[in-house]
Parts: sequence; C-alpha cells; structure tokens
Amino acid sequence: MTGTPQVRADPSDRTQPSVRAGPLVRVENLGRVFDVSRPWLERLIAGVPRHAVVAVASVSFEIGRRETLALVGESGSGKSTLARMVVGLVAPSSGEVFIDGVAMHDPAQRAARRRLRRRIQMVFQDPHASLNPRWRSRDIVAEPIRAFGLVRDRPQVAVRVGELLRLVGLDPADGAKYPHEFSGGQRQRIAIARALASEPEFIVCDEPTSALDVSVQAQILNLMRDLQDRFGLTYLFISHNLAVVRHMAHRIGVMYLGRLVEIAPRGALFGSPRHPYTRMLLDAVPDLDMTGRVRRPVEGEIPNPVHPPRGCSFHPRCPHSNARCAAERPGLAPAGPGLVACHAVEEGRI
Amino acid sequence: MTAPLLSVRHLRVEFPTRRATLHALDDVSFDIMAGEVLGMVGESGAGKSVTGAAIIGLIDPPGRIAGGEILLDGQRIDNLPAEALRRIRGKRIGMVFQDPLTSLDPLYRIGDQLQETIATHTDLRGAALRRRAVALLAEVGIPAPDIRIDNFPHQFSGGMRQRVVLALALAAEPELVIADEPTTALDVSVQAQIIALMKRLARDHRVAIMLITHDMGVVAEAADRVAVMYAGRIVEIGPVRDVVHAPQHPYAKGLMGSIPKLDGDADRLVQIPGAMPRLHAIPSGCAFHPRCPSAFSPCLARRPDLRPHGPGSVACWLHDEAAPTERGP
Repeated sequence: MTGTPQVRADPSDRTQPSVRAGPLVRVENLGRVFDVSRPWLERLIAGVPRHAVVAVASVSFEIGRRETLALVGESGSGKSTLARMVVGLVAPSSGEVFIDGVAMHDPAQRAARRRLRRRIQMVFQDPHASLNPRWRSRDIVAEPIRAFGLVRDRPQVAVRVGELLRLVGLDPADGAKYPHEFSGGQRQRIAIARALASEPEFIVCDEPTSALDVSVQAQILNLMRDLQDRFGLTYLFISHNLAVVRHMAHRIGVMYLGRLVEIAPRGALFGSPRHPYTRMLLDAVPDLDMTGRVRRPVEGEIPNPVHPPRGCSFHPRCPHSNARCAAERPGLAPAGPGLVACHAVEEGRI
Repeated sequence: MTAPLLSVRHLRVEFPTRRATLHALDDVSFDIMAGEVLGMVGESGAGKSVTGAAIIGLIDPPGRIAGGEILLDGQRIDNLPAEALRRIRGKRIGMVFQDPLTSLDPLYRIGDQLQETIATHTDLRGAALRRRAVALLAEVGIPAPDIRIDNFPHQFSGGMRQRVVLALALAAEPELVIADEPTTALDVSVQAQIIALMKRLARDHRVAIMLITHDMGVVAEAADRVAVMYAGRIVEIGPVRDVVHAPQHPYAKGLMGSIPKLDGDADRLVQIPGAMPRLHAIPSGCAFHPRCPSAFSPCLARRPDLRPHGPGSVACWLHDEAAPTERGP
C-alpha cells in the first residue's frame, strides 16, 4: 500500500480493485447444518436420535462489483448465518464462497485469504455489542489501520482516524469519547468508520439499522449509499425490512427456511414478485399508503427449522400448493429477469 | 358527541435525580373514545411508554405524576390509593407488552394463567371458568384451543404467545387496552395477523386501544387517530390519514419522510439533522427548534401549545395565530 493518508479518502486516488471482470463475490451451493442434539448420555437414556438444524441449504448467488445484493427473510430464515459464512466467521458444512476468485474456506488458499482480509469488512446490527466499551472511539477506528499496517507512524494514524470520523459525519474530536457517550446512531457511524478504515471493497451489513429509530435509520442509510458511490463499495445487505431493502439494493434474494426462494432485480421483485412467499411478505408489510385499506391476513408462521416440511418448505402456508409441492422440493429456475424456486411458477399455474 | 372513555389532561411526569428533575412528560393531553384505536408514535425517549405507564399507574419510583389528571370514564384514576388502582388494572385496563415471554410465567400452563386472571376479576369457577378460557383463546385465533390450553408458554411460537397475552389482557373484558410495542418482536407476516386481531377486538368489543409503537406502518394500518410525541410532548395529533399523508408539524413531516417506502422513488430519504435531545438537555422554547428547518424567532423564545389546526391539533408556531412576534425565516 502506498500513498499518504490524506489522499486515501479521495476515490480517484483509491487503489483500484482488481481489474479482472466478473462478479466480486460468488457463493456456490453454500450450506450449514448445526447440531442441536441433546448430550450423548441424555440421548442414550431417552433413546432419542441426533437432531440437526439445516440453517442454510445449497444457496448460490453472485454479487457484482459496486452492486448491493440484499437478502431478506424472517427470523430463522438463515440470512445471518449466510452472511457470517460469506465473511468467513462461520465455516460452511458444504459449498464454497469465492471473493475475487479466492476460496474463503479452502485451507490451501490461506495466504491469498490473508491478503484478501483487508478488503472485506462487516457491520453488525447492535452497535452496543460490536464496539469495545473500554476503548476510545479513535482506538476502535484505528484498530484495522494498525492491524493491517496500513499507516505506520502514529501522527499519521491520528490524521487518518480524524478523516474517517469526518467521513461518517462525526467530529474528529469525538475520537476521545467512549462508546457509551454516543447515541445508537452515532455508535453505528463509528462501526462504519471502523469498517472503512481498512479501505475495503466489500462490506457485509447484517441488519445495520434494525436497532435504530427511523429518523436515525434514514441518516445511516443515506450515509451508506453515499459511501458506496464515493468508494465504489460492494454490499451484501441483510435485513428483514423490505422497505429498507428496496431503498438500498440493486438485487434482492428472498430466503425461507435456509433456502433462496427467489432472487431478482429490485424493480422486478417489487413490481411483479413471483414466489408466493415473496408475495405474502410484500402483502404483509404495513405500508403508510394502506391507511384504511382492508388486507388479506397472512396464514401461519415460519415452521420450526428442526422439522421443516417435506417437499417445498413453504407448501403448508402456500395457497397454490398441490401434491407435487408436498413431495418434491423445487429448484431455482429462471422466471422473468430473476430466479424462482416454485413448482406453481414453473408450471405456469401462477 | 359522547364523552371520551379515557381523558388525559395536562399530564406531567417527573423523575427526580441527584442533579436535576427530569421532565419525562410535559403537559400531555389527549382523549380516547370507546372502540377507538389511538396510535402513540415517536422515537426512543419521546415519552410514549411513560404515558402508558402513567395511565396504568406503573411509573417506577422515584418517578411520579407531578401534575394533570387522568380520567377513566369520567372518574379520576391518577390519585387513587394503590389498592383501588390495582382493582382497575387488569379489570378495566388491560396491558400488552412488547415481549410476550416476560408477560407469561414459564412454569405455569397458559390455561392456569388465563383462568387465574379470569377468576380474579369474575365470579366464574370450575368448568365455566375453563370454558371461558378456551373461548378467549379461540377469540384471539389460537387453533385447537381446548388442547392448547394445557400447554406451557415455551410450546407456543412468538406470534401465538402474543395472542395468549392478548387473551390475558382481554380476560376481564376491559374497557381500555394499552398495547406497548405489541408487534415489535414479531416477524412481518405475524405482525400483520396481530394488527388485524387488535382492530377486530376494538371493533367487536368496543374496547379503546392505546397502541404505542415506533412503527408508523403499524399505526397507519391499525389506528383511527395518531399522536406524534417528541421530547415528552405531543407535537401533533389527528386522524391517521391526515397525519400520515399531510403532517403539519415539521418533526412529523421529517419523520414521515425518513421512512423508506415500498412504492415512492425517492433516491434519498429525508434526513432530520441531529438526534432527539436527552431529558436533561431539552432545548428552551420549542424542543424541536435546533433541528427544525423552519424555525424562526418565536420558536427559540417560547414553547408552542397544542392548538386545533385543520382536522387535528399541532404544537407549532408556524401554525399558531398567536405567534409572539412577526413571522420570518
């Protein structure tokens, strides 16, 4: 890494990402099974078998450079586990994640992965839990700079931290404060400044605004979009809030019980959703313009992932399900500009 | 015009601390009619939950009601002795909290909890008591209520638990239900079911519901009228359609604009600069003036009162004929 800290914040002087074409992130058949069995002796006495939760099952997608892909789903849909596997915090049970061609979970590529680390960052949901309460905010933001050895001498680190704090809308003087002296929105700004400190290309955001009030959420979402434009960032954006996702993403993947059921460009997904679950989710969002309108109430709840339904996981709640849906799991197939995993769509029934 | 079921007049709630007295609520007034759903919206720290707690008499000491009055069906309930208030709580006012697990005892079958609540407030006993409990579970949409009544809370999903809590709140056929963030812990599809259920209960049983939430979407969906709170005061109150589609107060405008929409093509969300003031540093004059794009001289000097404006009421000098000085930018 060359260049002074002052010019780093300028996009035109930013070290160009790899010139290789193609998507930045490629996820192939990614799956993760968690063992939730009771302890061995208890199993023996009660005569119960092992239990496994399939948190994520054979998920594949790509994220282009400078693109935002959002994953939406309700609790238990596996979106956070997926995000953690993409950055390498959780090891997959099957499949692989390639970021700029480097396999994230292949032991043979450890050296390449170490060089890649700096270019990947993550922003978590709860800024109370993700910032060390005993560190001043300037030390929190400086940690990636020091860890990756981006700037060697101390005064230069301080200058760089000041720049980063200003970049996220804080005052450089705030660097002396501890996390508890900030509001939730300001804390999330610090988390974003820390993520930007290593000059990443790819940021995974796991529910970054779910813990914030709406007016603060608007500030953070605007900031994240500005930073994307300025630094050419690629985002994987995890959220349960469809309206937030619509505001942030270029493409959206909808997850249900660990599987991707639909993935489509933003306009198509919101304009003409294909999968019955996507339609149900969109129908369930209380929207401001719906004042006074009577809606179809949604049936049922997301099932227990320990005992997922056979066939299509959504069939017990689906108004279009038939015998085939109960027996055979649909795979993702092209439908319009996106991909949908649904027999009814494939057969042209809906 | 009938008399309101709940009438809150000039309510003030204070929390004395070593350094200063914090004014959590400052001159809050509103009414709720029987069968009406009033939405209380605002961001963290605005005073929504304190308002609910004050009505039901559950303000934690040293916090106290420092002024104003609360009338339930014309009768003052804010100055009642603890025992009299306890009889009203649960019988005439039901309460639903955000996390259903904290409202249910994990060691008792939900049927026991429901029957205990019904027995406390009615004369039903034995088989009639159980029939009533089963009927309540059926009413809130629990499938197979005669079997589920013998289950423990952990055997229910989040949405089903919240239905049980609603059944508990309705057990004594209250006139008023205070629901504090009842759908916040739930997934969207389940949230929609609970909203629909609450609307139906308000309509069928003529129950007045005070719906406290930070989610404007929930209010737009469920409420008849909405009150927007900021820094311990109501800044705007009116029919939900008017407040949502044509907010008058600059804070309410900013709040609506900052919500990402499912249709609209706004490229950037409206941003309100800064954050809600903390209770020990509420600005003088209008508490919103440091963040307000339309603030002018009276805003800094004097606090505007809630005055009728169009179909609702607004506390803003922009809409007040009695603004102290000349209008100007």
